[in-house]
Amino acid sequence: MNLLREPWPWYIAGPLIGLMVPLLLLIGGKPFGISSSLRHLCAATIPSGIPFFEYDWKREGGWNLLFALGIVIGGLIATSVLVPHGFAVAISPATQRDLRSLGLHDLSGLVPRELFGWPALASGRGWLTLGVGGFLVGFGSRWAGGCTSGHAISGLATLQVPSMIAVLAFFAGGLLMTHVIMPWLL
Amino acid sequence: MTGRSTLKTVPLAMVPPATPATTPTIGAQWLYVSTGALLGIVFVKSEVLSWYRIQEMFRFQSAYMYLVIASAVAVAALSVQLLRWLGRRTSDGEILAIPAKEMTPRGARYWLGGTLFGLGWGLLGACPGPIFALIGAGVTSMSVALLSALAGTWLYGALQSRLPQ
Repeated sequence: MNLLREPWPWYIAGPLIGLMVPLLLLIGGKPFGISSSLRHLCAATIPSGIPFFEYDWKREGGWNLLFALGIVIGGLIATSVLVPHGFAVAISPATQRDLRSLGLHDLSGLVPRELFGWPALASGRGWLTLGVGGFLVGFGSRWAGGCTSGHAISGLATLQVPSMIAVLAFFAGGLLMTHVIMPWLL
Repeated sequence: MTGRSTLKTVPLAMVPPATPATTPTIGAQWLYVSTGALLGIVFVKSEVLSWYRIQEMFRFQSAYMYLVIASAVAVAALSVQLLRWLGRRTSDGEILAIPAKEMTPRGARYWLGGTLFGLGWGLLGACPGPIFALIGAGVTSMSVALLSALAGTWLYGALQSRLPQ
């Protein structure tokens, strides 16, 4: 198996994601979580006297912003060196069928061009996906005090009840969007 | 007091240490960037940053994402146990642990905020980590999603005292 060109199987990807938790603890005692970086970015740019953003973001969140920067760099490295040109995610035939019936014709790339291409922003569904989807991710993760990394990985791994509630709610929201709202929205 | 006996009383998740966070040293700064880069590479190579994979997961049409998440949680849980068992501490002498998430009276923030997050996750097909990785991967329109997520975070900060916790 050519690991550099082929997609990685779950038993390599999952454990590597899980290893983020001990790595960050060993480097500086930091808890694995990514959505806090959004709070630190707000505190750094638009504090506007709101108590939630009045703290020393460099001291509290400097590491988290560097970690987020690293993720951007990793995405860049992986797509420039490790992904063959014109690749498509090998999703199941059933998913392909469902997505086609939502009106998506081009299922190549990492994300569908009809929702995530810049021209799509002029359309209602492109704007909804990026604008409303992004807004809910930001608002919801801060309200819940964490996202998939902080609650689903760090929180579940330490058997925390708040994280179990949050992860169940993440899935409830995702299922509601996928099966009830999206067919009507897109 | 020996290290061994204090260890037994340490809960799995701990309240964050009272000592203030310190600015990372240059060496640690590079480690945070490198660790992030490793995660970004994993996000791309495992395709978990893909909108298609998230759709496949929410439609229960493949076990792939569930296996990724389950094995990630298992490895994280075993690692935290191992660190605790080895009694690893930070340079300040704090035991390495994930801070406890505070339980609120009815857990309102977790299920209300969590559901809103899930609605966004289902639509955008990306949580904050993948948003960053996709920007690096050349899906530049994700910067709009990042700005929207910042707007959402900011509005939460502005409304925090009026929202049920």
